[in-house]
Amino acid sequence: MAQTSSMAQPAGAAPSLSIALAGSGGSGVMTAGTLLLEGAARAGLQGLMVRTSGPQIRGGEAAALLRLSAAPVESLDDAFDLLLAIDWSNVHRFADEIPLRPTSLVIGDSEGDPVPEVFATSGARVLTLPLKKMSKAVPGSWINMIALGLAGALAGVPAAALEAALAASWKRSAEALAANVQALQSGASQALGLDSPLTPLAPVAALGAGAARPARWLLSGNEAAGLGALRGGIRFVAAYPITPATEMLEWMAPALSRVGGSLLQAEDELASINMIIGASFGGVPSLTATAGPGLSLMTEGIGLAVAAEVPIVVVDVMRGGPSTGIPAKSEQSDLSYAVHGLHGDAPRLVLAPSSIADCAATTQWAVELAETLQAPALVLSDQSMGQSRCIVDPPAAAASPPLRLLAVPDGQAYRRYLDTPSGVSPMAVPGVPGLTYTADGLEHNEAAVPSSQARDHRVQLAKRQRKLLGHDYGARWADVEGEGALAVITFGSASGPVREAVTRLRRAGLELRLVVLRLLAPLQAPAMAGALAGVREVMVVEQNHGAQLLHYLRGAALLPGRPQGIHLPGPLPLRPAGLAEALAAWAQALHDAQERRAA
Amino acid sequence: MNAIEPAACFAATDYKSEVKPIWCPGCGDYTVLGSITKALALLQLPPHEVAVVSGIGCSSRIPAYTRCYGFHGVHGRSLAAATGLKAARPDLTVLVASGDGDGYSIGGNHFLHACRRNVDLTYIVMDNHVYGMTKGQASPTTEPDWDNKLSPGGTGVRAFHPLVIALASGANFVARAFSGDPNGTADILARAIRHPGFSFVEILSPCVTFRPEQRDWRKAVHPAAVEPTDDPARAARRIMTDDGFNIGVLYAGARTPYPVGAPPARCTVDELAREFEL
Amino acid sequence: MKRAPKTLEELMAVALAIELDAVQRYKDFADTLEAHNNHEVAALFRTMAGYEGHHVEQVMSTMGWTTPPAAALAPMPWVGGESPEAVPFEDVHYLMQPWHALELALAAEQRAEAFFAELVEAADEGPVREAARQMQAEEAEHVQLVRAWMAKVPRPDSAWADDPDPPRYSDL
Repeated sequence: MAQTSSMAQPAGAAPSLSIALAGSGGSGVMTAGTLLLEGAARAGLQGLMVRTSGPQIRGGEAAALLRLSAAPVESLDDAFDLLLAIDWSNVHRFADEIPLRPTSLVIGDSEGDPVPEVFATSGARVLTLPLKKMSKAVPGSWINMIALGLAGALAGVPAAALEAALAASWKRSAEALAANVQALQSGASQALGLDSPLTPLAPVAALGAGAARPARWLLSGNEAAGLGALRGGIRFVAAYPITPATEMLEWMAPALSRVGGSLLQAEDELASINMIIGASFGGVPSLTATAGPGLSLMTEGIGLAVAAEVPIVVVDVMRGGPSTGIPAKSEQSDLSYAVHGLHGDAPRLVLAPSSIADCAATTQWAVELAETLQAPALVLSDQSMGQSRCIVDPPAAAASPPLRLLAVPDGQAYRRYLDTPSGVSPMAVPGVPGLTYTADGLEHNEAAVPSSQARDHRVQLAKRQRKLLGHDYGARWADVEGEGALAVITFGSASGPVREAVTRLRRAGLELRLVVLRLLAPLQAPAMAGALAGVREVMVVEQNHGAQLLHYLRGAALLPGRPQGIHLPGPLPLRPAGLAEALAAWAQALHDAQERRAA
Repeated sequence: MNAIEPAACFAATDYKSEVKPIWCPGCGDYTVLGSITKALALLQLPPHEVAVVSGIGCSSRIPAYTRCYGFHGVHGRSLAAATGLKAARPDLTVLVASGDGDGYSIGGNHFLHACRRNVDLTYIVMDNHVYGMTKGQASPTTEPDWDNKLSPGGTGVRAFHPLVIALASGANFVARAFSGDPNGTADILARAIRHPGFSFVEILSPCVTFRPEQRDWRKAVHPAAVEPTDDPARAARRIMTDDGFNIGVLYAGARTPYPVGAPPARCTVDELAREFEL
Repeated sequence: MKRAPKTLEELMAVALAIELDAVQRYKDFADTLEAHNNHEVAALFRTMAGYEGHHVEQVMSTMGWTTPPAAALAPMPWVGGESPEAVPFEDVHYLMQPWHALELALAAEQRAEAFFAELVEAADEGPVREAARQMQAEEAEHVQLVRAWMAKVPRPDSAWADDPDPPRYSDL
């Protein structure tokens, strides 16, 4: 059943428009969505695109879901303003993902099937146009160009920007391009005569027009993570394809070779994790990317990296779980596994980027930490960031310097696992004389000799823990915003809709503090205490069924008062209105309880 | 097999469920599904006494499309799950369905040991020389120079030769089939199921979406020129020198299958416990 | 055929097997195209399955069969793998148009006609040869029917297989 949003966009918020393009079997909606986003970027707008499709490999029903605005977009809105369907074949299957409002507009083909009831009952205005006929009137053109031009015009994305986007990615003949441009213009021209309830976005200074407009980037979370990895110094990747991480690997394969690295397709995840441990032992910063099922297979290897103190980075692009789960949908349900899931006392680093742009910075930081602390770092990305495309202000960062503490021969016997105040021991790189040693998953003494002695085990356990706990992580452990005695804590992609909900509530007079965690392990207790100074009650928001973050933080006794949780599993995205309602109700209940106590 | 019920006569369609496959139109797996149902009808096995175990991939969707018991497990582990099932329930006929990615890459280790162990299973691998999943990557049977996004220019790694590996590891029945010949494939599958021990049938099944050039397989395949042999050395020579398109039963050996099933109980648990008494 | 039918029963079992295979094949095509949102061609294939179903009934009533005899359900020793009237599975495409479907059906009927022509040649004069002649004539009629149908259907343009969107798979 299509939801209707009770909370319309509040005044003062930067206006945004949400557009859904749907269709099936050759209609090209994914391509149209991509071009709409690219056109918007060229027109100086910002935006986000999520794609959804049926289980067929080709010809299936599909929808491109976009949100465009003059301001940065980090979350889907509560509902779509425009649903444009080239055809309605099985599009009703996306009804849960395409909520509509009475102020929305639905457009279909006047000669196609009627609008499915699930969309019609939303109260949205329904219009039809002869889309197929218009497409046939321009021989050699695709029907999705009609849709693109029309949607663009209704949204306020100038046709010129769309044409530029089309031309930039065009790989076929010039005649076909001309036909498609004509179709695009034909679609755009239809917007003028339509009785549309939509307010197109106001024009902004287009890219390249004037010095004031900075360059923007258009990329997916997977690509951003790949870039972050390279910036951090990764030069070897071994990996096995898995949804939704594969695009990160496919981006990195040619990119690595261009910067002097390489990617090896492994036979499975057991091989991948062990290959990158081997490469890193050899001195080359190494990374792999996977999803839940692959992470499960890698667990033993991650433990080996902990015990042998070999730096590695494992990017987990989380998806619906457990087991094979829902491969093409997002969830934040690998958190417990990432922070706890190793046998033995095995401290490791766990980080979570909180937006598509942040995928670059946080992955880079993960590489830096792994190399500095000679430990495995898990990066919890997810499908909604990994496979969505976003227009972002370029995440500026210089490439990281090499950070591995390297051993230098000094004539003494080399002790690989020397107990130092920081817990980090100088690491030898094979090929350097005088420093040979055998890395080991077996417990060992400082000289890297396997040992079952109590003292050695204590020393090494303490060292491996101390090196992580004693490190100064600086201010990046979390983003802390706002004031107030009530705080909301979240991580990862949930932060987008949460931040938008908090902003709306703030405008309505409810002040909430927001803590978006970026470093999930080791937990930063003093920093958290500082962030929550003056906070009486906390709500933890996350996209999983088991309230994993809530239990994790409560278990570490980091939360004041009686912590509550909003924990909703995938496959549907979190939406600002629902979160705002729940947070407002929570705040109200706390207020009422306080009143009663005072009375 | 159970006592024959005279009234029950299973047609191939009795083994198909009402779930419509979502393989791409043109996919070879459709006819493989048909061949499996035809083979089961030839053998007149009651559908509820057959289990189809699979991993992850296009081919692994098959269990849901049959009316047999099915187990859709995790990537590459179908042989392990099937071995456990057969060991615990020797009365069932256990078929294992896989693809070249699932079966030879992540499943490679289990493949070796399943052939060695020689449990009475029938392993059906639909080989299309590509990972149908995740938009087309090289699989272990892909040619080394096939250009793809994850390995631009090709992997440069020699293709796996599953029939040779199977034979060398001890599989008791080795055959190659082609999805474009459903009746011939049904015949091979029926013989494979009937043959004791680990039967391995590799079915060339073109991928119309990621490897459209495989339409030419129809012209490349040819029936094996000789009868199956039970001499592993002779079979090895044939298989190692064939062109990859030799269709038929290539080896049918006489190894004793791995003994499955539990022996009858000889004492109670209490009797065991009493052995601790002094 | 690897072994030509010797009796009328054998021949008609072969003919029935051909039609049963055709019904199943067209039904399978209809299902897969339906699942891939090609409703127009799915409907066309369902219609064809219906016609083949009529042919099944014709053969059965000619022979007085109420259910297909075992001989018609056993695997047939076709040369080259498939029944002459079965459209090869790899010949369908998710974006195919009605004209393509009819083109495939036409080729199938022509193969069937040629098949029975061969049987006519191979048989001695008698009921088998007569039945084979009749089957050949019927297939020839089907060929004409499909041709006529094709004439009423638009030819696809060169860009019929153009899909701007890439394949998308996410089982693993």
